[in-house]
Amino acid sequence: MSLFQSDEPLLQVHNVTRYYGDRVGCSDVSFDLWPGEVLAIVGESGSGKTTLLNCLSTRLAPTAGAIEYRMRDGTMRNLYQLTEAERRLLMRTDWGFVHQNAADGLRMNVSAGANVGERLMAIGDRHYGNIRSTADDWLGRVEIDSDRIDDDPRSFSGGMRQRLQIARNLVTRPRLVFMDEPTGGLDVSVQARLLDLLRRLVSDLGLSVVIVTHDLAVARLLSHRIMVMRYGNVIEAGLTDQVLDDPREPYSQLLVSSILQV
Amino acid sequence: MSDTAENYDQGEYNFAYLDEQTKRMIRRAILKGIAIPGYQVPFASREMPMPYGWGTGGVQVTAAILGKDDCLKMIDQGSDDTTNAVSLRGFFEKTAGIRTTYETSEATVIQTRHRIPEKDLTDDQVIVFQVPIPEPLRFLEPRETETRKMHALEDYGLMHVKLYEDIAKNGHIATTYAYPVKVNDRYVMDPSPTPKFDNPKIDEMAALQLYGAGREKRIYAIPPYTKVKSLDFEDYPFEVQKFDKPCALCGARNVYLDEVILDDRGGRMFVCSDSNFCEERRAAGHVGPMAADPAAVQIGGSSQEETAR
Ligand SMILES: Nc1ncnc2c1ncn2[C@@H]1O[C@H](COP(=O)(O)OP(=O)(O)O)[C@@H](O)[C@H]1O
Ligand SMILES: [Mg+2]
Ligand SMILES: [Zn+2]
Repeated sequence: MSLFQSDEPLLQVHNVTRYYGDRVGCSDVSFDLWPGEVLAIVGESGSGKTTLLNCLSTRLAPTAGAIEYRMRDGTMRNLYQLTEAERRLLMRTDWGFVHQNAADGLRMNVSAGANVGERLMAIGDRHYGNIRSTADDWLGRVEIDSDRIDDDPRSFSGGMRQRLQIARNLVTRPRLVFMDEPTGGLDVSVQARLLDLLRRLVSDLGLSVVIVTHDLAVARLLSHRIMVMRYGNVIEAGLTDQVLDDPREPYSQLLVSSILQV
Repeated sequence: MSDTAENYDQGEYNFAYLDEQTKRMIRRAILKGIAIPGYQVPFASREMPMPYGWGTGGVQVTAAILGKDDCLKMIDQGSDDTTNAVSLRGFFEKTAGIRTTYETSEATVIQTRHRIPEKDLTDDQVIVFQVPIPEPLRFLEPRETETRKMHALEDYGLMHVKLYEDIAKNGHIATTYAYPVKVNDRYVMDPSPTPKFDNPKIDEMAALQLYGAGREKRIYAIPPYTKVKSLDFEDYPFEVQKFDKPCALCGARNVYLDEVILDDRGGRMFVCSDSNFCEERRAAGHVGPMAADPAAVQIGGSSQEETAR
């Protein structure tokens, strides 16, 4: 893809399938993700988006298939053959994961500063002053006032919590961030502000992103490429504008037209 | 750890209460703990004739290591004569018939809750700690499966999150008890609810340290002369509590002091928490600023009774 600088994919997904017992979670999914690329996974509830995202992010082992990731040293590694220590290091340095429910991605009982600083401490930063000023800087980038640094997220609004979760993930400068419905459950005006912030951060930092959403407007705003899922299968994939402007599959057409009516 | 098996008449206690099978099980846990300093070894904690929270973990460890020639010192908050110390000492006098002592240097085994004697321990002594909550990661990560994984992977960032919070909220590391340490550059450990004042004592300590948590069924250990580092930040280094006055009775400095209320008009003084240490110093002629006050001496002599619990 000439759109992106590198000619080597960051993530390669080969025939990933996940069953829950004999129920299909997702089936035979393959794609490449390129550095700096934002891929949206769309589809209605129950179509397998979260299952796929969890498989990609090593949170849920696939029943079949393989996922390879280009480590910072350039080597391509099978994610499910990493040691637990390697996997944890990857997840807290080179990756981020933004949950729909911020409480799942934050420590609700420690301060905003500690939430952002945790990754730094986990990778060995032992200078309180540096950790704090880095946390402060990141709070600023996600538009949280400095004077909230010692407050815990229980006192934050939904939108603030989500922004805090984003800062907590980005503080180690990850190259790949997974997001599961990051704007879900927020008021429309709050969603718009968050989307705007996400778009800016993603482009400033050159992040690669896999974002799950049932909201095509979110996909349109953030993503370069889109995959439409139904019953666990990817039924259509392509450049976001192309798929949304001119969907080929009848089901995709239905999804798009249902949006336009609103 | 000599073999204490012996034939007893029916109706008599086995030596030190526990049966030999149980003691062997506990000794195996202790040996494993010594082999992996700071690692929490699960063991099949037994019902003891005292409630959890009253030192059942320490009692089981002590029972498993006592031999007939041992001399036991039992302290609670530094004092030999609080109710708890008295009853646990009585327990072993009755069930093991061994010698007991108040004198730190005379003891071969010291069981303690909350304090380490001021006098340096030697390599022919064993100190047994009663531990209520052995897991230092518990407060931020309640899932046992996860804390085990964190220990296995040496994944200890959370400990510093706790210290970070302390500084953010208090301007300094406010943790004064159960201050977390890293043992032998590997396992993070909770040194039981001892004050952090005692943390430097467990670093390179000559005596063997054994920790028993009865309710939580864990034993851990620090072998003699093992490196024990208190966790901290580069710009907020670990510090022990400082007392600006000496002990009111014996004049000792750089020891851990307890506050003692003298009367109902706000009179108070600070005296050694280690009552045996204080008495020995006074016997040797050391005097503190209030040593001449009979009321202070009277109250100070049994002071630990009041500050206990
Ligand atoms: N833990 C689970 N156990 C059993 N079935 C599950 C589980 N999680 C998801 N599923 C099923 O897998 C399918 C895909 O679910 P999911 O990945 O959550 O979809 P989406 O995120 O698109 O809503 C659904 O049929 C769902 O019921
Ligand atoms: Mg979902
Ligand atoms: Zn004294």
